[in-house]
Amino acid sequence: MIRVVNSESMEIRAAEDVVAVRQAVRKKSISLGFGLVDQTKVVTASSELARNTLDHGGGGTVHLEILENDRRAGIRLIFEDQGPGIADIAQALTDGYTSGGGMGLGLGGSKRLSHEFDITSQPGEGTRVSIVRWK
Amino acid sequence: MASIRSKLADIFDNREQEIAQSWLERQAAGTRRLSPAEQHEINRQSREFLSAIKGAMQQDGAANIAGPAWAPVREFLSNFSASRAKAGFTPTETASFIFSLKQPVFDALRQELGQDANALAAETWRATELLDALGLLTAESFQKSREDMISRQQAELLELSTPVVQLWDGILALPLIGTLDSSRTQVVMQNLLDAIVKTRSDFAIIDITGVPVVDTLVAQHLLKTVAAARLMGAECLISGIRPQIAQTIIHLGVDLAGVVTKATLADAFAIAMRRIGYTVVRDQKTKIAVER
Amino acid sequence: MERIPILKMGDYLLITIQVDMHDKLALTLQNDLTEQIVTHKSKGILIDISALEIVDSFIGRMLGIIASMSRLLDAETVVVGMQPAVAITLVELGLSMKGIRTALNVEKGMTVLQNSLREERQDGDSSRQF
Repeated sequence: MIRVVNSESMEIRAAEDVVAVRQAVRKKSISLGFGLVDQTKVVTASSELARNTLDHGGGGTVHLEILENDRRAGIRLIFEDQGPGIADIAQALTDGYTSGGGMGLGLGGSKRLSHEFDITSQPGEGTRVSIVRWK
Repeated sequence: MASIRSKLADIFDNREQEIAQSWLERQAAGTRRLSPAEQHEINRQSREFLSAIKGAMQQDGAANIAGPAWAPVREFLSNFSASRAKAGFTPTETASFIFSLKQPVFDALRQELGQDANALAAETWRATELLDALGLLTAESFQKSREDMISRQQAELLELSTPVVQLWDGILALPLIGTLDSSRTQVVMQNLLDAIVKTRSDFAIIDITGVPVVDTLVAQHLLKTVAAARLMGAECLISGIRPQIAQTIIHLGVDLAGVVTKATLADAFAIAMRRIGYTVVRDQKTKIAVER
Repeated sequence: MERIPILKMGDYLLITIQVDMHDKLALTLQNDLTEQIVTHKSKGILIDISALEIVDSFIGRMLGIIASMSRLLDAETVVVGMQPAVAITLVELGLSMKGIRTALNVEKGMTVLQNSLREERQDGDSSRQF
């Protein structure tokens, strides 16, 4: 049974916000006792998705949640934007795909760095990406 | 309805001492002779537990043990079963702590409600449900702490079974024994990269003589390790390729990304030495004396 | 205005990245670098990323661009000092560092540049046979 133990939201409107998101995720993962490699993976994934939100989503929000599942702790990050949305998600997940803006590895990479990955997006309806990394 | 429900709560309140006494006697009867220190500990734990149940029943007479009122009881049981598991008690011995409480509670109920058969039956059932649930909780906690112990040991084993050896100034060897799954690969990569930093090595020889199966997944893990080492400026060689492994690799169409492979660690070592500029020269005049 | 300092070390240029990179800073760095390569006729670039705790695809792209640009100007690029956790994450991320040489530290990086220069010169000499 998964419980959300803590939740915090941050705005992503400018380049400094991407840095702030990275720092917040780093802090949270350290407090949960994540090993250095796990920390690096989740912080890197958050950087990719935060940049995507800024560059392709026209800015948005990220919700940082601390999860507890049967004594296992984890971090969930939910990135949301009201941007143009993604028409072909499968293609966007393919590495090297660029929509003339270098989305390159953002989505596929974050998926590989996370234990759980979920994305909902419709053209004209924005995008919501959720990732989880367990300790 | 409210008055009947609180009867069970009442007896934990009014008859705590007699229940405790009777319970301790039953526990003593069921185990081997205990030392005074052990006896003292059991007494302390039993009283603590009864007090916790009393507190919980006062707040929540409906005995919803998953609720917040029962948190202290749950915590007690989880610590209790963890310490029993560590001390080598069996799950049965550990759960008996709870189940041996049944008779004393029934006895107390009979004292209170002996005249009212319906009430006695109802409360006895309620007590049974409560103690069964707590007994199951104890058994599950016990199980969980055993599992935690096992996974801790597995992690230690993983650490120990991936040593990195320095063969020469600048050359590391990584003899892999056993299967290479993704969690093992993480440990391997970390150990190898840390060793590269510490020894400032330029070469790492990954020997897979002890890896029984090399399929596409294992090959992927090996390639990831090679790629990570390259990012740290170290080149990898793979040695210990057995004939069957060589065949499997070709049949699977695995692309070893230009990694130099050798049949033996010795051959790989020779190559690495040459690459960093060493030649080995034998002095023909030296005789090797064998002690008898 | 924020700028990444570029240090001249003989035939080579050394850049140490210690701050969070953003678009403007990356562009400025690329401009400054190309100018300096031409001005000093540099033969190699060393990029020290030992202070970077993460390398994401943005940084990866920037490093790739620097390497490509430098090559056009006849200078090799070596990225040095990657942290182990970063290397492991990069491999998982799938970022291809193709065309970018890497070394453990600045010292080894210079050896790589010197070796590659020597090879170039040898090739150059051997091809001049009449």
